[in-house]
Amino acid sequence: MESHELKRIDLIFSNYTTSKYKVLERTLQRDPDEIINELMDSGLKGRGNAGFPTGLKWKFARRNEAETHYVICNANESETGTFKDREILERVPRKVLSGMAICAYCTGARKGIIYLRQEYAYMMEHLQNELNIFHQHVKEFNFDFTVEIFLGSGSYVSGEESAMLDSIEGYRAEPRNKPPYPITKGLFDMPTVVNNVETFATAQVIFRIGAEEYSKLGTPLSPGSKLFTLSGDTPKPGIHELELGMTLQDFVKEFGDNNTKAVQVGGASGYCIPQKLFAETVIGFEGIPTGGSMILFNNSRSMYKVLHEYLRFFTEESCGLCTPCRIGTQQLLKGVEAVKKGERPVSYIDVLIKLALSMKSSAKCGLGQSVANPFISIIDNFKEEILY
Amino acid sequence: MEKYQVSLTINNIPVTVEEGSTVLDAARKVNLHIPTLCNHPDLKVAGNCRVCVVEIKGQKELSAACATPATEDMEVFTNSRRVRTARKNIVELLLSEHNADCTKCYRNGNCELQWLASEYRIGDHVFHDLVKEQEKIPDTSSWSLIKDDSKCIRCQRCVRTCNDLQDVGTFSVIKKGKRQKVSTFLSKPLKEVFCIDCGQCIVRCPTAALSEKANYEEVWDVLETGKHVVISTTPAVRAAIGEELGFEYNKHSDLKIVTALKLMGFNSVVDYGFFTDIYIVELCTEFLLRMKQAQANEGSAKMPLISSGSPGWVKYAAEKHPELAGNLSDCKSPHQIFGAVVKSFYADKKALDPKKIITVSVSPCTAAKAESANPKMEVNGLKDVDFTITTRELARMIRQSGIDIERLPETDYDNLTQIHSGASVLTELSGGTTEALIRTLYELITGNELTPELLKIMPLRGQNGIKETVMKFTDVRADWDFLEGKELRFAVVNGTGNAAKFFGTLPEKEYHFVEVMACAGGCIGGGGQPIPVSAELVKARSSILYSLDEINGVKKSHDNSALQDIFREFLKQPGSEKAKEILYKEVPKVN
Repeated sequence: MESHELKRIDLIFSNYTTSKYKVLERTLQRDPDEIINELMDSGLKGRGNAGFPTGLKWKFARRNEAETHYVICNANESETGTFKDREILERVPRKVLSGMAICAYCTGARKGIIYLRQEYAYMMEHLQNELNIFHQHVKEFNFDFTVEIFLGSGSYVSGEESAMLDSIEGYRAEPRNKPPYPITKGLFDMPTVVNNVETFATAQVIFRIGAEEYSKLGTPLSPGSKLFTLSGDTPKPGIHELELGMTLQDFVKEFGDNNTKAVQVGGASGYCIPQKLFAETVIGFEGIPTGGSMILFNNSRSMYKVLHEYLRFFTEESCGLCTPCRIGTQQLLKGVEAVKKGERPVSYIDVLIKLALSMKSSAKCGLGQSVANPFISIIDNFKEEILY
Repeated sequence: MEKYQVSLTINNIPVTVEEGSTVLDAARKVNLHIPTLCNHPDLKVAGNCRVCVVEIKGQKELSAACATPATEDMEVFTNSRRVRTARKNIVELLLSEHNADCTKCYRNGNCELQWLASEYRIGDHVFHDLVKEQEKIPDTSSWSLIKDDSKCIRCQRCVRTCNDLQDVGTFSVIKKGKRQKVSTFLSKPLKEVFCIDCGQCIVRCPTAALSEKANYEEVWDVLETGKHVVISTTPAVRAAIGEELGFEYNKHSDLKIVTALKLMGFNSVVDYGFFTDIYIVELCTEFLLRMKQAQANEGSAKMPLISSGSPGWVKYAAEKHPELAGNLSDCKSPHQIFGAVVKSFYADKKALDPKKIITVSVSPCTAAKAESANPKMEVNGLKDVDFTITTRELARMIRQSGIDIERLPETDYDNLTQIHSGASVLTELSGGTTEALIRTLYELITGNELTPELLKIMPLRGQNGIKETVMKFTDVRADWDFLEGKELRFAVVNGTGNAAKFFGTLPEKEYHFVEVMACAGGCIGGGGQPIPVSAELVKARSSILYSLDEINGVKKSHDNSALQDIFREFLKQPGSEKAKEILYKEVPKVN
């Protein structure tokens, strides 16, 4: 597994004030296929956490002929411990809009939507002002593309791309059956690209510095850099842009408080890595990927409480549509409580692990499937804390 | 355009299906059973319950067979270790959320969750019981339905039925996570929200989360009060009850059921068809009077005349199309006419005190329960119908009484009501009321015998959402000369789900008569019929009724000699004051 030392990068937030949509203007002169090829060459993978190659997504959407296409920017940033999209939209919104416009240009979309998390409603005015300027510019570029803001209703599952589409269409945010995927049949049944805020911003960066330059960063499987949002027991909480592919050990050395016993990589739906595995864990698609969330726990923390809190979160935030997720989350929570209290035998944990694996294989969407990640990784590594 | 075929294997068995088929379709094609719960042949694919998960080679996670398109070279495994573990876990989870008081449950023995539980031998109740105490108190506020949330497994078949199929929207999903549930507008009791009582949700509910408001215990009670209890069963009830009782309908079934009812203690069993014939003749009279009125003074009578024999539709129209109120027929439904005629004409003839008569209507319809509870449905201050029970409830009563219908001899209906026309049987099918109406109308207007095409009006049959036919009358009788050469347009709306579409376009077209049935297929697919239901089953039941019309020598309602007797002796003539008093919903306005 390839890894390298921790390295701070400054691409996402830098080079902004002077940028008056120059990158967009320049890119719109190019051939769409060439643009997509460059994006594919850069190796950019979705920054939301799923890691689907962005260039490929755009290519598929472009290939699917339809009356119209849509571009959606997923700004429903809800993963626990993630707050990078908020910063991007506040500080460098033009990069995101450029990314969206280039995507629209490549796929044939005339309309874009920013699906903004309910809690970010305070940003509406700022974003609308930016949109007004943006619309003026694209008009000057003779490009017919408008972006609208859609304010979510405040649910975690709306971040799941197909649930987001339902939400925009006016239904409950519930995941759809896949296939068909949004790139084939998305918003109002039209091919739709849904990308995370950071993905669009990074696309802009790639078209500014070029794929070759960008892919020099990171590792072959995880090229480039990304934003990490640090919280928990760290003297340096906040947002840090880092090159992908470092080991967790280097990460903790830089950001830990010398007492770190575990890091939750990827938020509630991610994995809990204990200290003994720091050295061998690479942060990236070859190891443990993250949408940005890095939560550090030191020795003062009870991992039972951590697990309990994640499970409680899932019982609230499951949309309730499918059986494994709606009921499974409740049973996992009740189950660990019962074992802790001694109401169920220790062996009941094995029943719960089996259940979590069933949920992973049979839940309808990524939400239910990912509950097993924290559940099993916390139990495997901190069994004593959970049981007694 | 011919569809592409795709070839795949399921458990190593090769199968070829049309492109667009699901893995579930493909499995069924090779007779492999994959359990399902949220899936229903009449409804859109949901993929919620996950009971049908299968393993597909190359896919990391399992896939829902009902929602996954079959593709070329796919390799599917329906019974691998992983699949069985996941499926068993899912059934266990569902049971943990379900009030599994099976022995006390109405659906004991006919519950899809119970079958799954027995298939997967769930006996040890691994998981915590999640049923909340407050959910165990069912909503019994409606006349027709009982909603028991403690039995709900959130498959959302009712939600899809109510919204997509019926276009009513009583039910929707509220909240999320552990609080997610199927609820009504603002979680109000059913009687306070818009619900047409059609019961289509009941027949598609896999458990007993939705059931009819049962009245059969009251019927058992009344049989021991010494009152004269008169019961009627509709042809749709008789055609379908065998599905519950385990026999196939044949030409002897009707009169065997009469024997059973007598044995159970009913004093009199009357033939519903007789009352339906009265309905058709009155409806025809109302139609012609309206036509005449409209002719004489344009705008004075609302056209088209719209049928009001389906109580679910009447309620739907009142809520969603109040502008049609004046178009709806003033005739009571055949089910109410049964009660009204028994408590008037029948009581007279039998020299019985109407106050001591109890009328019990066995109906394929749950909305009929609400209809007969309507205080306007009365004759001389007495309720037309005292008790309405469904096909399912009657089947239960027959089972409880220990009677084996097939071994019974036949008994005739009460002598006053022994005759019914073929037309009367059709009225329980979508398009049938219109066909029955046309048979009488044609002869009344022209005086001619019906042509063979008019005995089987094919455009009005079948399961299309909206059906139409046009009739041109020539050689009309003197009374109806204004109809000479005129084209009359008849339309049939099959299920309230098609009403919005039809009445949305109404102003563009001139119709004279529109029949609407709340349930797809008509009463035969009603919410009181045996469970399960599907378009296919409705089709099979319908063919029984069509054949009953074919073998009946009396084709037209007005040819029913028993009906001629009642008009001669009692009602005088169709549309008379007496007829209006008994057969109409409200005393009509004096012209």
